[in-house]
Amino acid sequence: MDHIDVTVNGRQRPLTGISAHTTALDWLRETGLTGAKEGCAEGECGACAVLLATSDGADGTTWTAVNACLLPAAALDGQEVVTSEGLGSADALHPVQERLAEAGGSQCGYCTPGFACSMAAEFYRADRVPADADGQEHDHDHDHDHGPNGFDLHALSGNLCRCTGYRPIRDAAYALGEPEPADPLAARRGRPAPAARATRLDGDGERFVRPASLHEALRMLRDEPEAVVVAGSTDWGVDLNLRGRRAALTLAVERLPELRSFAVGDDAVEIGAALTIAEVGRRLGGRVPLLAEAFPQFASPLIRNRATIGGNLGTASPIGDTSPALLALDARVVLVSAGGEREVDLAEYFTGYRQTLRRPDELIRAVRIPLPLAPLAAFHKIAKRRFDDISSVAVAFALDLDDAGAVTAARIGLGGVAATPIRARATEDALVGRTWSIETVRDAASVLGGEGTPMSDHRASAEYRAVMLDRALLKLFRSAPREEVPA
Amino acid sequence: MSELAGRPADPAVGTPVAHADAPLHATGAAVYTDDLAARRSDVLTAWPVQSQHAHALVTLDVDGALAVPGVVRVLTADDVPGVNDAGVKDDEPLFPSEAMFHGHALAWVLAETAEAARLGAAAVQVAYEPLPAIVTVAEAIEAGSFQGVPRTIRRGDPERVLGTAPHVFEGVSEVGGQEHFYLETHASLALVDSEGQVFVECSTQHPSETQEIVAHVLGLPSNRVTVQTLRMGGGFGGKEMQPHGFAAIAALGATLTGRPVRLRLNRTQDLTMTGKRHPFHIEWSAGFDDDGRILALATTLTSDGGWSLDLSEPVMGRALCHVDNAYWIPHFVAQGRIAKTNKVSQTAFRGFGGPQGMFVIEDILGRVAPALGIDAATLRRRNFYEPGQTTPYGQTVRHAERLHEIWARVRDESAFDERRALIAAFNAEHPDTKRALAITPVKFGISFTLTAYNQAGALVHVYKDGSVLVNHGGTEMGQGLHTKMLQVAATALGVPLESVRLAPTRTDKVPNTSATAASSGADLNGGAVKHACEQIRDRMAAVAGRLLGVDERDVRFSRGRVSGLGASGPSVTFAELAQAAYDQRVQLWAAGFYRTEGLHWDADRMQGEPFKYFAYGAAATEVEVDGFTGASRIRRVDIVHDVGDSLSPIVDLGQVEGGFVQGAGWLTLEELRWDETDGPGRGRLLTQSASTYKLPSFSEMPEVFNVGFYERATEDGVVYGSKAVGEPPLMLALSVREALREAVAAFGAAGHSVELASPATPEAVFWAIEDARRAAETTGTTDAADGSRRAQPAPAAAAPIDAARTLTPFDR
Repeated sequence: MDHIDVTVNGRQRPLTGISAHTTALDWLRETGLTGAKEGCAEGECGACAVLLATSDGADGTTWTAVNACLLPAAALDGQEVVTSEGLGSADALHPVQERLAEAGGSQCGYCTPGFACSMAAEFYRADRVPADADGQEHDHDHDHDHGPNGFDLHALSGNLCRCTGYRPIRDAAYALGEPEPADPLAARRGRPAPAARATRLDGDGERFVRPASLHEALRMLRDEPEAVVVAGSTDWGVDLNLRGRRAALTLAVERLPELRSFAVGDDAVEIGAALTIAEVGRRLGGRVPLLAEAFPQFASPLIRNRATIGGNLGTASPIGDTSPALLALDARVVLVSAGGEREVDLAEYFTGYRQTLRRPDELIRAVRIPLPLAPLAAFHKIAKRRFDDISSVAVAFALDLDDAGAVTAARIGLGGVAATPIRARATEDALVGRTWSIETVRDAASVLGGEGTPMSDHRASAEYRAVMLDRALLKLFRSAPREEVPA
Repeated sequence: MSELAGRPADPAVGTPVAHADAPLHATGAAVYTDDLAARRSDVLTAWPVQSQHAHALVTLDVDGALAVPGVVRVLTADDVPGVNDAGVKDDEPLFPSEAMFHGHALAWVLAETAEAARLGAAAVQVAYEPLPAIVTVAEAIEAGSFQGVPRTIRRGDPERVLGTAPHVFEGVSEVGGQEHFYLETHASLALVDSEGQVFVECSTQHPSETQEIVAHVLGLPSNRVTVQTLRMGGGFGGKEMQPHGFAAIAALGATLTGRPVRLRLNRTQDLTMTGKRHPFHIEWSAGFDDDGRILALATTLTSDGGWSLDLSEPVMGRALCHVDNAYWIPHFVAQGRIAKTNKVSQTAFRGFGGPQGMFVIEDILGRVAPALGIDAATLRRRNFYEPGQTTPYGQTVRHAERLHEIWARVRDESAFDERRALIAAFNAEHPDTKRALAITPVKFGISFTLTAYNQAGALVHVYKDGSVLVNHGGTEMGQGLHTKMLQVAATALGVPLESVRLAPTRTDKVPNTSATAASSGADLNGGAVKHACEQIRDRMAAVAGRLLGVDERDVRFSRGRVSGLGASGPSVTFAELAQAAYDQRVQLWAAGFYRTEGLHWDADRMQGEPFKYFAYGAAATEVEVDGFTGASRIRRVDIVHDVGDSLSPIVDLGQVEGGFVQGAGWLTLEELRWDETDGPGRGRLLTQSASTYKLPSFSEMPEVFNVGFYERATEDGVVYGSKAVGEPPLMLALSVREALREAVAAFGAAGHSVELASPATPEAVFWAIEDARRAAETTGTTDAADGSRRAQPAPAAAAPIDAARTLTPFDR
């Protein structure tokens, strides 16, 4: 085994006694840092949240909160981690800890270290601007999700608390000021994040390899196509923890530069497969409104900070939230293997339940979204909770209208109503060529309600799923009647 | 005022202090049971072999497990030196030969690592001989599968009155269970010390009972077993009875291997193995006069108790005692019975049957109000208890006027009437979105209905340097009990809060303790801590009197100084006095004891005074519902709650807010689904993870949340005039459900009686909206035109959620 190590709370520690399936959470706890807790082992509750030093996209560092329970310990190699213990101590509380404590933000305290880390990430967010400082009007009565200090409450939406009812935690967050100049974690932001490091771990018959280059990754994949490819590990981590799955070879690709491309051209936007959902959202900055609407509803920030576009398409879950949006955007998937690159239409990519056109020796390198975008677009996610939930049904719309108000093109992506994400082709046909009117919408909605083959499960009944499709088109029309849609 | 309720000048109780452990919580320095295991290298991990059938005879072959590297031992029934039972009713074999539910632990594997233990458990061969399984309450009723003793509360002649009442309604209501989802799953760490003492660290709300069960499983007297509870990462009732068996497994493993054994359930195991809030099936008939006054109620409650009794009987008892909630019901009969099903054994959960009981009457009032043509808020208020009236079980409703005052204050502070007008205007303009504002009351009885539990002990030490160490029998699960006990001790001894430390709860410090449950932790343990402190203070006062030259009755203890009456005289510090007392050979430690006075309860007749007092509150909740999806938001909540004179206002506020949101989760979001098919997974919990069982997140927090306490609320006869607060606020969340019902109604026509499944998930709300819309289309009118003022049967829905859930006119 090569020497691998990690910086935890400012101290370098060897990553010893781990195997490929050891989570960062278990390793941290075994080193005596028991602040991070296992609440669910699947990235839902945030009790295990810690901070990672990640690139801010330029030469600086962002403190990024992630779920340690999903993160392979080996993936920490060369990284910098801060836990609740590293933020402060009972004698010298960090500002987020002090606010949480004095506001009554902890009762049983089990979720609190995770909240402290998520809150600290938002505390240190470089572009967090107090409401009155950004020159914009804010209506505090109607923006319950942002504090006067610019704190975005969604930053905490991946943390669950069973005791407090959240109000005091919100108040603690909204009472935070700015980091002091001498704050070491604030100062750390001015220096580059740790560079990518090739990692090789071999133990108990399981290997974890983070190759140094795309070339090496593809060669390994060619030779061992049964390898499990991970980027953020937000899905594989759940398989490890809850389903007891193990892999002979785990191939980590999240740091490969070729998979982290981002380019806005004249005829397409290219998004590297290993960019996290959070990074993509930041880099796009609203240039693709459909994704700007979808991403905040994608799981939670703790997940979005690790989960990648490529991972979401690679997993190919019928309820993955990027798929319906990308289907509506007519996206194409760029696949790469040792033999070269090929591009496939996303609508053709899904072939069965968690089955795709991707060959075992291929990686998803990027996703391409053709330009120009359709002017009428929307993403509807039906779930039990508004924050931090999995879709029962997801519907993404992208419609082009001409000057006369006729629908000239329609693309509708659906999740949760079939074994794969699907395009609602019959509905698209029912819309194209007709005027965008309530009559058209009613006709098309009844077609949409019959698309797919929804099932009943613990999230929703088949009947509800079907009728949600139907209503989604009506809801879209109500929010964007003809006179409000630019042709 | 009683001596117990009176407060000295300048007390530490009543000051707003944060949870005493808050800095430890926020920094991750607070240690929980399994954190201790992480700090040791010699610990074995226990892992269960779980049944894959809901009901089957089982035979085990453990050889495969023993061949797995790292596996040290497999625990089976043959290993039990004492009694193979984990319950207090002799109906919970620790190692069963008959699997009673899907997920039932049949054996436990001990291994060097969790990974090896998991693989070992997978290697145990289980031969199943399947037996018929009862999974739903309906199946249990059909099959006559019940357990425990059925109970009935009766007053007057409800059957006769229901025969003559001007308006009679009947219906069936169902309310779902609830998973505790304490963030810390069940955990124990057991070891045997150098003297052969079995020591169990356990996340338990009832250390004494955990100790008893560990002792009887091991075949040891109680004095050979010590249980310690540092703190729990949440309990909510889920750790009142359920930890015992897990602690016994860890202790058994430790005694057999000589190694420390940790047992921490992962979330899936916790969800599939441990009990939850009881689901209830309720049949009811209710009679009203023309003014909407309830004349009579007859109801039968059937709870789903799961495979064993656990606490199902007292849970049902409390449910029956809370069907009346805040309402005077002159003729009343409520029968309760407990279904026996092949599911986890349902157990205590915050409110302990009270929520399900109150659900009955609030559901009835919400459903019949439109049929009676009376606004639901008016209907509720009209039926309130008046001072002097008694409950159906014969207890006078003392302080009923508080209910009236709280109600009026909530209506006032929530600007109820003005906002309702605004909401009506909003709804008129928004065909796809509706808002509603509803108000509901809570009257909750405080005390264990098992009278013996209403006692507590404490052990308080004053050291020579004046520092104070407090032990008591209650456990800290986040509710702030230890914080309150620090305040009680500081008040009783007249020392600063910082001078007092609280030691972990241990059965070898205070024996024979009651569960920290029934909201009673502060009442009972506070009484005991105060009693202990006052013994010490009285002895110290005698010393001080001699030292200061004043009569000992005139000695005052305040903020760490001890003086005679008046500010001018000499004084000494508390520490100086402690040293002086020691020098004079005066005992500086004491055991305290408290028993609640005045309780009596005839469990067979279900009559008496089971409660020391009632806690009151009311909540007004505004919701907004999306007509396309059924999704809802809580826009604003206004609460006034009666906590007596608060011992600790921040702590109490936290209990009110947290309880409310937890109750809202139960009623609107949290949905337990079981495999009810005849397939191979029959009886399996389908929602066995955090990704499928949804508890409230930030998006369920009320956007505006105003909580006030009832003022001048001294509760005579309780420690420093306070009241219990742990459970009652949970039931304030019934206002969320009633607001959803009214928002749904706004999609239809006036007079439509809205039936709402519970939990009222977005899907359930959506189907209720569809019903309301269809009813409006059928009647073709927006006015109530129901001359008979009977509830209309709900029209058949295109996709009915439950055909049995219709409200039908009483057929006589």
